Amino acid sequence: MNQEISIQTSDFSLADEVALLEQDNPIDGAIVTFTGRVRNNNNGMDVSGLTLEHYSGMTEKSLAKIINIAKTRWNIGRVKVIHRIGELNIGEQIVFVGVTSKHRHDAFAANEFIMDFLKVEAPFWKKERTEQGESWLDAKATDDTKAQKW
Amino acid sequence: MIKVVFFAALREQLDCSEITVSSENITTVADLKLQLASKSEQWQALFANTSLLSAVNHDMVDSEQQIKSGDEVAFFPPVTGG
Repeated sequence: MNQEISIQTSDFSLADEVALLEQDNPIDGAIVTFTGRVRNNNNGMDVSGLTLEHYSGMTEKSLAKIINIAKTRWNIGRVKVIHRIGELNIGEQIVFVGVTSKHRHDAFAANEFIMDFLKVEAPFWKKERTEQGESWLDAKATDDTKAQKW
Repeated sequence: MIKVVFFAALREQLDCSEITVSSENITTVADLKLQLASKSEQWQALFANTSLLSAVNHDMVDSEQQIKSGDEVAFFPPVTGG
């Protein structure tokens, strides 16, 4: 099992994840973390929650590939990617990306790179719950543009 | 035989999450798509959607990708995680 990737229904603790990235890791001076949460609004509609579906097996393979590319492009130390699946409510954490490096530039860049490619390549799909019922989210063209910039 | 799996909106619209298809006369993802589209008018309409993505054995591929018996092929809408 790849220790760098976790697909889970349960919540995660930012403090615990940072502690794991720091533990016995005196060579890295920088830690960059990103946490994504469920918003209460999208396209002008009130959102009450999300259901996240994924393609088990491909998800892990796709994330491992993205992490490996990041490691070849930047001088980074540890990486952790967590993505939750199942039913999520407003304000809940969805995704975590943590990267360590000796100096801040590599961790900043690699973290954003991993997140941008997760958005367009990792097989997750969000279904929103609104007052009008449930609907699958459409992919955003801006996410493709962001990933292409790398 | 080829295992074919569907996800998210496509899975719901087809009302099908997984089927098995004979690999006879199928050499590429495009061939498989054509065969699936011939199942019914509804399937035809759904597989005419050019934004559909495909994967073979958990790797994203394009329609020209060769496939063979024993492969797992997936079709799904553009991804929206994160």
